[in-house]
Amino acid sequence: MAEYKGVMTYCEIAEGSLPSISREVAGFGRKLADDLGEELCAVLVGSDVGNLAQDAIGLGADTVYVVDDPLLKEYQTDAYLSVMEKVVRKMMPRILILGQTSVGRDLAPMLAFRLDTTATLDCVGLAIDPGTKLLLQTKPVFGGNAQATFTSDFCPQIVTVRDKLMPPPEPDASKQGEVITLDAGLDPAAIRASLLKRVTENEGGVRLEDASIIVSGGRGIGSAEGFDQLQELAALLKGAVGASRPACDNRWLAPNRQVGITGKIVNPDLYIAIALSGSIQHLSGCAQSKSIIAINKDPEAPIFNYADFGVVGDWKKVLPAFRDKLKELLPG
Amino acid sequence: MRIIVCIKQVPDPQASSSGTKVDPEAMRVIVPQGTPPVMSPYDENALEAAIRIKDAHGARVTVISAGRNLAKPVLRKSLASGADELVLLEDAAFEKLDSYATAHLLVAAIREIGEYDLILCGRQAADTDAGQVGSGIAEILKIPCITAASKVELSDGKVLVERVVSDGFEVIEAPMPALVTASSEIGDLRYPKLKDLQAAQKMPITVRGAQALGIDAAGLKRVNLVRLAEPPRRKTECRIIGGETPEEAGANLALKVKEAKLL
Repeated sequence: MAEYKGVMTYCEIAEGSLPSISREVAGFGRKLADDLGEELCAVLVGSDVGNLAQDAIGLGADTVYVVDDPLLKEYQTDAYLSVMEKVVRKMMPRILILGQTSVGRDLAPMLAFRLDTTATLDCVGLAIDPGTKLLLQTKPVFGGNAQATFTSDFCPQIVTVRDKLMPPPEPDASKQGEVITLDAGLDPAAIRASLLKRVTENEGGVRLEDASIIVSGGRGIGSAEGFDQLQELAALLKGAVGASRPACDNRWLAPNRQVGITGKIVNPDLYIAIALSGSIQHLSGCAQSKSIIAINKDPEAPIFNYADFGVVGDWKKVLPAFRDKLKELLPG
Repeated sequence: MRIIVCIKQVPDPQASSSGTKVDPEAMRVIVPQGTPPVMSPYDENALEAAIRIKDAHGARVTVISAGRNLAKPVLRKSLASGADELVLLEDAAFEKLDSYATAHLLVAAIREIGEYDLILCGRQAADTDAGQVGSGIAEILKIPCITAASKVELSDGKVLVERVVSDGFEVIEAPMPALVTASSEIGDLRYPKLKDLQAAQKMPITVRGAQALGIDAAGLKRVNLVRLAEPPRRKTECRIIGGETPEEAGANLALKVKEAKLL
């Protein structure tokens, strides 16, 4: 194990820049590297991504490895897996951190098995054990009803971290670092599963992850038409609409609108939960909102234990009055 | 066409969603008394996907489940729903395995079965939420893996999958054999008919232990649990806003929201 050294972050790229999760991952990586007294490196994988290396350095990386290849334009499991396998075997980091995103949750476990090591997904806490120097990997289990901390004696210790756990570090444009380009060396035949198309389902509205106000509905909304009323309130507040898993499974709203442990983790200023009982799986995704308002006909609904303000009543009657009054109160 | 579905038995996550406690000393999760064992929900979605393929194209569906003290009537529900064969890997040594050990254990059983075109798993189990066993099986067997599927179909001898991603979905095609992990968007497992449930209780099943499989599953564990704790809870005191009518309560809520400067 002695030969494994340093912390590596996998720097996910979205629309030509480093999204918040990549900056947050950099923050975790820097902290762990400092605690170990070792270096932090970042890996950039994609097509035409070399220009982002300085950004990664500014976020704390001492070294950035860039793997640039037209075949890497879009995330495809087999191609990225092959690239990351190569990078990790070459650089032998002690720890590899990815974001808990569509990419991270797909790539991390496969990479771990390919490298015959372990991974822990969806970590909400990472720390170095001062005695053993092992990575303490804390993640929710039992749908969020408990938090388990794991260690592994195998390297690299691979983890994904949940987003929005802490604010990303401020970029430091003056920070110096080294940029090293690595050859992808991809064999197109190694790409077994091929991406035929990507379909974006963002109805032009505010992205859930970016919204400062979220109006969310649960099973009690009962229909896609019911969600139109939530859309209306969200539009009034310039917010986004979210939903619990049952509502998305019923296709009342697109799956990418799901808030919770298997959907999105959000932290808006205000989360308005309507006809949504608040399972622990759902609350895991929204409990960090600054304020929560609940409208539910069941006074025993768990959501009220998390809400700041609540109304016990039928949403079909409460919501229109709430909306109309807000319309009156809000400027222009 | 042979489809293998891997199913984990878990304490019913619906029944245990509130009232679950943690014993930090014993590092154990204690689910409320009377919580029944069920098939993990995403694994049920995987089984549903398999049976839909069987309905459309014809297939032999084999379900594998591993653990200690498996509740056979629960797992036999898979046969009642349309699976053809149930293989239980049951041994005292198969308790509390990590993802690495579980994947290797299931692969040992899959290799015994020998032939397969498609392996389906749930995207993550409702108890450990680890989300790795499916990917692990695929890597060990060196077959392509597609995770978080919302739709699984066959087309021209290939598997065609829609995969849920944060801003929509991807359409991915892979040659078979392949492994696909199922997400809830696939849809719930069909409800078996009473006569099929009764018939399933009498169908023969295969039970294999550690010795028969020639695997030291516990020895394969690579992750150590060092701490188990209650999750941090959001501390709030909810102020219930009332009114003569629900409409009035709604309007009062708006006033309160404005007053508290939440908007």
